[in-house]
Amino acid sequence: MSDPRKPQATQGTILQALNQALCDALEEDPKVLVFGEDVADPEGGGVLGVTRGLSTRFGESRVRSTPISEQAIIGAAIGASLAGYKPVAEIMLMNFTTVAMDMIFNHAAKLRYMSGGQTGVPIVIRTMTGAGFGTGGQHSDFIEAWFAHAPGLKVVAPACPADAYGLLRSAIDDPDPVIFIENLPIYGTPMASHERGKRVPLGKARIAAEGKDITIVTYSGMVNRCLAALGEISKAGISAEIVDLRTISPWDRQTVAASVGKTRLCLVVHEAVQQFGVGAEIAAVMSEEFFGKLRAPVKRIGAPFVPVPFSKPLETAFVPDPNRIATAAIKLVRGE
Amino acid sequence: MLSHHTPDAQTQLEIFRRMALLKANDERLRKVIKSGRIFLPYYSYRGQEVIPAAVSVNLTDQDYLCTIYRGIHDILAKGLPLADLWAEISGRVTGPCKGKGGPLHLTYPAKGIMVTTGIVGSTMPIANGLAWAAQLSQDGRVVVANFGDGAANIGAFHEALNLASLWKLPVIFVCQNNRYGEHTAYAKSTAVERIADRASAYNMVGLHVNGNDPIEMYSAARQAVERARSGAGPTLIEAMTFRFFGHSFGDDDKYMDQAQKAAAIAADPYPKFRSRLVVDNIATEAQLAGIEAQYEAQLDEAVETALAAPFPGLEELTTDVYGAVV
Repeated sequence: MSDPRKPQATQGTILQALNQALCDALEEDPKVLVFGEDVADPEGGGVLGVTRGLSTRFGESRVRSTPISEQAIIGAAIGASLAGYKPVAEIMLMNFTTVAMDMIFNHAAKLRYMSGGQTGVPIVIRTMTGAGFGTGGQHSDFIEAWFAHAPGLKVVAPACPADAYGLLRSAIDDPDPVIFIENLPIYGTPMASHERGKRVPLGKARIAAEGKDITIVTYSGMVNRCLAALGEISKAGISAEIVDLRTISPWDRQTVAASVGKTRLCLVVHEAVQQFGVGAEIAAVMSEEFFGKLRAPVKRIGAPFVPVPFSKPLETAFVPDPNRIATAAIKLVRGE
Repeated sequence: MLSHHTPDAQTQLEIFRRMALLKANDERLRKVIKSGRIFLPYYSYRGQEVIPAAVSVNLTDQDYLCTIYRGIHDILAKGLPLADLWAEISGRVTGPCKGKGGPLHLTYPAKGIMVTTGIVGSTMPIANGLAWAAQLSQDGRVVVANFGDGAANIGAFHEALNLASLWKLPVIFVCQNNRYGEHTAYAKSTAVERIADRASAYNMVGLHVNGNDPIEMYSAARQAVERARSGAGPTLIEAMTFRFFGHSFGDDDKYMDQAQKAAAIAADPYPKFRSRLVVDNIATEAQLAGIEAQYEAQLDEAVETALAAPFPGLEELTTDVYGAVV
């Protein structure tokens, strides 16, 4: 049996897909810029190698390492975009975006509206996160809800190489600021490979698994965990449909509603803490739309309302796992 | 350090013209607000007119400007037409931002006015990006980032000045030191006597100038603009000035040193420069009075036209949030 961690010919990783997407975008459009901490090759081509080879190929005027200055990085991205460039700024870890929140929330998100449409901020902010590697309370949070709560921002979180490539290309093409969330623990997971040049539209969910008894709405690293829960769920005689949002804001209500309308049961799963999370919005909208038609109230699964812990058993318990997802889905279907 | 470029007679007159426009506009704004005909948060720049007047004569329409909530003087000097200003600050759909930005977020790309921010310290990081674009495009543009003395104590100032110097960006950081950050006096908030001294920490040229002296201000700005255009990098100019009407118009400025304020008003740079132009035979009294009268007439029209214009329709509430709705 082949080593499942080793990519096969038709397999690839999210890391490879992201690198290819950046490379193709830089190649096709001289206005695309890639910059952030350690992104150029002399600094390692990104801490995990996502930008490896790009500065060597396209030069350090377009692929540039920056000081550890998140406000300056996002400010530079905003300014360059106002002058017609398409900056892809990397904020190494999602927790570090909080340092640049003024630039992101007060400026990138709002300049179009506040200028009455005279200007726009077509930037992509790539950032990685996710618990699982013992990085603790300030290096692994999912704070997508912060950004999803900001009018003017788009928030994207791919779960597989095809979407990583296709969504990143679309995000770079898009006229609006996009927060592009990469899940660190699944960067190197072998999955079906991306297809070069194939864009995935923003705002469109995908059905990751078809089913008829319950809809599980999820995104990012939790997609794989929901897929992994399917075995246990089907053993219970239940067929679950998994909707991978891909874009968190604006989210694809139509696809989610079509699925929930069919199954009449909805479970939302995300890694972020459950309270005030993206799941609350989805649950509220589905409840408004299907009140009286749902077979049970919409159920949410997220992390407990605590900072990400370091110690392994605690960290493991923090992140929703396939077993917890399966149990919740089965209970929901059985009306328990 | 300061090389002396004395502006020629024509340039001096142009600086005066802009000062006259700014002064007349501020006076009209305060008057109209008091009359109750329009309501807006207003941060008067009265007393600071020399700085943008003397900086802007060194700029082209293609050069970029980022400024702050106390920035209507910067924006008018850069070329925003009065009619557009008044339409926007009265919330009319005829404003350049369709009334959705208002006085704190005036934007007018046709004259390079790219960002007006209500957040202290946020012009500098964005100005860097515009300057980076100019550097990459080699289009010769320069960027002016305005901010107050209070903003020099915000982290973004440090991040942005370091990056600008490191990347040799064509940007001019203009700190309009009006001695107060909101209600707190300079000495109570800032550990150094001169903000310009901080430039050395970024390996950048720092100029400490009398921002109320049009000749000195022009000279500093010209030197900085030439440095930026030639690719030699950024400059930090600390322009000393004073705001005559407190933080926000209508506030009780008891927190200000009243003797210091009275002295600053007594040294108002506007009448001073005005009489100097006459003494130096650069203009006649009648010519200057004509310029002032012309702006009063333009203001009459701008105000009345703005107030007669419609408010935005409610369909404007939800447009311009996204460039592509998906």
